[in-house]
Amino acid sequence: MKITPETGWKELPQGGVIPEAGNAEQYITGSWRTFRPIRDEEKCTNCLLCWIHCPDSSIIVEDAKVVGIDYDHCKGCGICAEICPPKIKAITMVAEKRD
Amino acid sequence: MGNLISMEGNQAAAEAMRQINPDAMAAYPITPQTEVVQTFAQFVADGRVDTEFVTVESEHSAMSACVAAAASGTRVMTATSANGMALMWEILYIAASTRLPIVMALVNRALSANINIHCDHSDSMGARDTGWIQLFCENGQEAYDSLIQAVRIAEHPQVRLPVMVCYDGFIISHAVECLELLKDNEVQKFIGEFKSVNSLLDISHPYTFGPLDLYDFYFEHKRQQIEAYGPAKQTVIEVGKQFGSLSGREYGLFEAYHLQDARLAIVLMGSAAGTAKEAVDRLRANGLPIGVLKLRAFRPFPSEELTQLLSRFEAVAVLDRAVSFGAAAGPLFTEISSALFASNHRPLLLNYIYGLGGRDIDIEDIQEVGKKLQKTAESGKVEQPFDYIGVRK
Repeated sequence: MKITPETGWKELPQGGVIPEAGNAEQYITGSWRTFRPIRDEEKCTNCLLCWIHCPDSSIIVEDAKVVGIDYDHCKGCGICAEICPPKIKAITMVAEKRD
Repeated sequence: MGNLISMEGNQAAAEAMRQINPDAMAAYPITPQTEVVQTFAQFVADGRVDTEFVTVESEHSAMSACVAAAASGTRVMTATSANGMALMWEILYIAASTRLPIVMALVNRALSANINIHCDHSDSMGARDTGWIQLFCENGQEAYDSLIQAVRIAEHPQVRLPVMVCYDGFIISHAVECLELLKDNEVQKFIGEFKSVNSLLDISHPYTFGPLDLYDFYFEHKRQQIEAYGPAKQTVIEVGKQFGSLSGREYGLFEAYHLQDARLAIVLMGSAAGTAKEAVDRLRANGLPIGVLKLRAFRPFPSEELTQLLSRFEAVAVLDRAVSFGAAAGPLFTEISSALFASNHRPLLLNYIYGLGGRDIDIEDIQEVGKKLQKTAESGKVEQPFDYIGVRK
């Protein structure tokens, strides 16, 4: 069944279950962030340490190369910037600003 | 009908569990429940059941394991008492809200402090809002019978709620009485095969259990959960009737003892109901028109049924074996008076707290309650709405 914001209690599946898996992805948590990781593509060696350590699986990798950061789920913890090797330092944390 | 066999309440409970043969059991021993787990563990060791017995390090883990096993699509049982159930608290809500049909034997014991291993209903009453169905028993026979019925009630497709079968610590759990057991195949036929709903292990139909549920859906889920207690009430009645056809012992939401021609009534739950029946017999022999209402289902609470039954009475005494600290009365009284308030005809009501921490209640104590009811009915007014039985001044 399709659950929408209008679905009433009579239609919802029993026990608060969601009849699918892996749907936490649909819950956008990027707005919690106060610092944004900015990656310098020139400096990055694609060692993938940031990808291994990111607690929110927000480092997007394609064909063993970092292609971007998932800002819908990145909460700005800064682990990626911290783990990036000292001689490389391809990721910097920049304060988020209101528009 | 089977032959009579003498055994303790806990052994009878373990025997029911053996005959039910659940897929999984996770439990941690605590007095006065220990014997249930110990006896059942022996059944497992002897290969007399097919149950996966999970030995856990605490009751919090026991209930967590039960939740996981039930969500994986299996029939699950457990047992505990007092402080043990207090440690399960968080997970009790999760079991009910996730609609997992777990069956628990709750051997009623007083909560600490001070440490007391004997009976009162403070453990059950504290858990009354967790969403579990609560059935109270008068004796070992009822504990045995109710555990078997609980499986059917819990697993009914419109119910899907966990059930705790509550029986008084020591008074029932450790007292030897003669009771009738069903045959193994009769029990298996009565409970039927377990039908899994939304199994966690059904990877072709994946389900997410217990997800984050905020202001946009949580309220709807609670509203839906509330709705299940209507069918739950009907199911307690139906299953109780069917069990009656099988065993000759019919059950319902409550038992009315000599209420037909009575004008005074005593309402209570658990083993003291037996004491009250004897007291009422003696009072009736002296011409007092009095009866006993033994409540079996505290959750779902049969408000309409009790209102219909009790509103014509002149005076009713409600006996609570638990305290709601800071409240005006005991938890059972609060429910009964609240239900009766909707009626235009209400009996005069008295509330007594009795038996905390295993304090005995005698036939004479309840006869005194009967006499106070008579005095109240004659004078037409309640002089002391709230009192205690058997506490030293």
